[in-house]
Amino acid sequence: MLESLPLVLKDLLQRAVMTFLPGWAESWVSALISAGAIVAIFGLLFGIVTVLERKGLARMQNRYGPNRVGIPLTSIRMAGFGQFLADGIKALTKEDLVPSRADRVVHFLAPVVMVIPAVLALAVIPFGRSHVAVELEAGLLFFFAVGSATELAVFMAGWSSRNKYSLLGAMRAIAQMLSYEVPLVLAVVPVVMAAGSLSLVRMVEAQAAAGSGWMGWYVATPWGLVGFILFLAAALAEANRSPFDLPEGESEIVAGYFIEYSGFKFALFFLGEYLGLFAALSLAVTLFLGGWLPPAAALAWLPSWFWFFLKLLLLIGLAIWIRGSWPRLRVDQLMGLAWKFMLPLTLTNLVGFVLWWHVPSGWLRWIVCGGLVWITYFGLAHSLLASRGWAPRHYRLVE
Amino acid sequence: MDGRTGFAAAIWYGWLMLGEGLAKGLWVTARNFIGSYLSEERLVTVQYPEERRSLPEATRSFPFLVYDGDDPVTGLRCVACKICEAECPPQCIYIVKDKVKKPDATGKLQNQPLIFDIDISVCMSCQICVEVCPFDAIKMDVAYEWSTLDRFEGLLLHKEQLSKPNSYYHKIHPAEAAEVDARLAAARARAAAKSSGSSARPVGVGAATPGSAAARPGAATE
Ligand code: SF4
Ligand code: SF4
Repeated sequence: MLESLPLVLKDLLQRAVMTFLPGWAESWVSALISAGAIVAIFGLLFGIVTVLERKGLARMQNRYGPNRVGIPLTSIRMAGFGQFLADGIKALTKEDLVPSRADRVVHFLAPVVMVIPAVLALAVIPFGRSHVAVELEAGLLFFFAVGSATELAVFMAGWSSRNKYSLLGAMRAIAQMLSYEVPLVLAVVPVVMAAGSLSLVRMVEAQAAAGSGWMGWYVATPWGLVGFILFLAAALAEANRSPFDLPEGESEIVAGYFIEYSGFKFALFFLGEYLGLFAALSLAVTLFLGGWLPPAAALAWLPSWFWFFLKLLLLIGLAIWIRGSWPRLRVDQLMGLAWKFMLPLTLTNLVGFVLWWHVPSGWLRWIVCGGLVWITYFGLAHSLLASRGWAPRHYRLVE
Repeated sequence: MDGRTGFAAAIWYGWLMLGEGLAKGLWVTARNFIGSYLSEERLVTVQYPEERRSLPEATRSFPFLVYDGDDPVTGLRCVACKICEAECPPQCIYIVKDKVKKPDATGKLQNQPLIFDIDISVCMSCQICVEVCPFDAIKMDVAYEWSTLDRFEGLLLHKEQLSKPNSYYHKIHPAEAAEVDARLAAARARAAAKSSGSSARPVGVGAATPGSAAARPGAATE
């Protein structure tokens, strides 16, 4: 019952709309309802996550965070979870400033272009057993193709604002997103090879077939674990999340590429960034954490979409935790991490994946595959560390 | 350990410390996160409108005018000398002298302000007006809840709003007010002693004037 609830709702809505529309409109109505559902659900998730993030970060700094706004005109506070509505109303009613020398058309389009790819990318993610808006044979390819359109939006915003900080932020964003696209895609390649398909639905099915419960998830293999961690790091960078939030860099370039945006356009950028994060983390869930699969067969009575969103929320929680804990990287460190560290590791991981299929199963292949990545990791880390000449300092005159 | 240098040292310390900083960061925030739910003491936030922190003695917000006794018009210490108006850096004081004079605390006729306005939206709480006033007539207030829907008239304080009794001054800055009262009393006693022949006027006019001129507490200032 719960399992098919979204489908039943959609069916009811579709039938209700089709009573006064001609037959040929059926496929359009169906597509629009799916799109509307994605926008509504992830829009709501966005609102809730902004509150959760503010509360979580506050607690990490021993503060309360938002805890007042609840239902208007009553004294019900809902622990502050009405905050995002208040924020939305504020953003809507604020003055919309456009710099007088900005390129008005591009300046207007940039926030829209920012949100659309994220929504498109979410369309191919299977949220449940049969809950996928568009079942594409090359879903993964489509995901990365539309995902890279975000860079365009960022650069449009930075360029059209005619502001030095905007442009600096946009330049940083382009460099960062292009660099991290490489490890991001390479970290996924083993999964594609293991599942033998580019379809995200097929990948989840492959994980269901690979073993019982969580044992079948790709994260439970050495190459999957390494791929998952690398993917997560690259995804945070792609989504401009801390510790890779250089394009915004409040302390250096004020707000980066959206410094000249106010009111609802600013809110759209905010939404676009979060939707991008949700899309990237949803992909991580689908590829490595078994998508909508329950962790054990005994827990299958809970609906599949519940498991998907639970995993997604856990990963979002991890992203918030990381944001509250780690400082921002410098530009050269950021580039070094992508090209000197993550790229070689993803390549080694590919080799490890190949070995995984040629070494007889058992503990030996864990040692071989894991050891290979482990050795590369330490070799890389140490040679990079040594090339910087870092060592504990000795103060001659003090000791 | 000390003999290692360069590459060897990097490897040695790298083994020990690779990623340690990241883990430490996560650990600290995780402890704060959970701890803040377990013990209220960790939380430094004051839940403002319901809960207020008591203000330290030296708090200051905006100036107000002190008057002695019960009547804000006759008791007003200000003599409209306009020194504060001239000295205020952002020029937010506006004074118009009254044509009618009034007797001050010692009975001497003095000028009085007809208009005394302070625009607290401009005031920067520098306390210079207080420092320069020779009559101890203007002091710093501690009221800070000045939010208003009218940012022009609502933040332009007139003489009537600015005048507050000496007892209020004693309430908000006890040590400082006692010191001022003692100083004023001493000055009046000296003046009374100089004007020979005439019997000493009553000196204590302030609400809490210490009895003797010798009782001036030199160390009362913060
Ligand atoms: S407050 Fe003091 S300085 Fe200012 S006009 Fe009155 S007596 Fe003069
Ligand atoms: S505190 Fe400073 S700014 Fe304010 S009225 Fe006095 S002299 Fe002017």
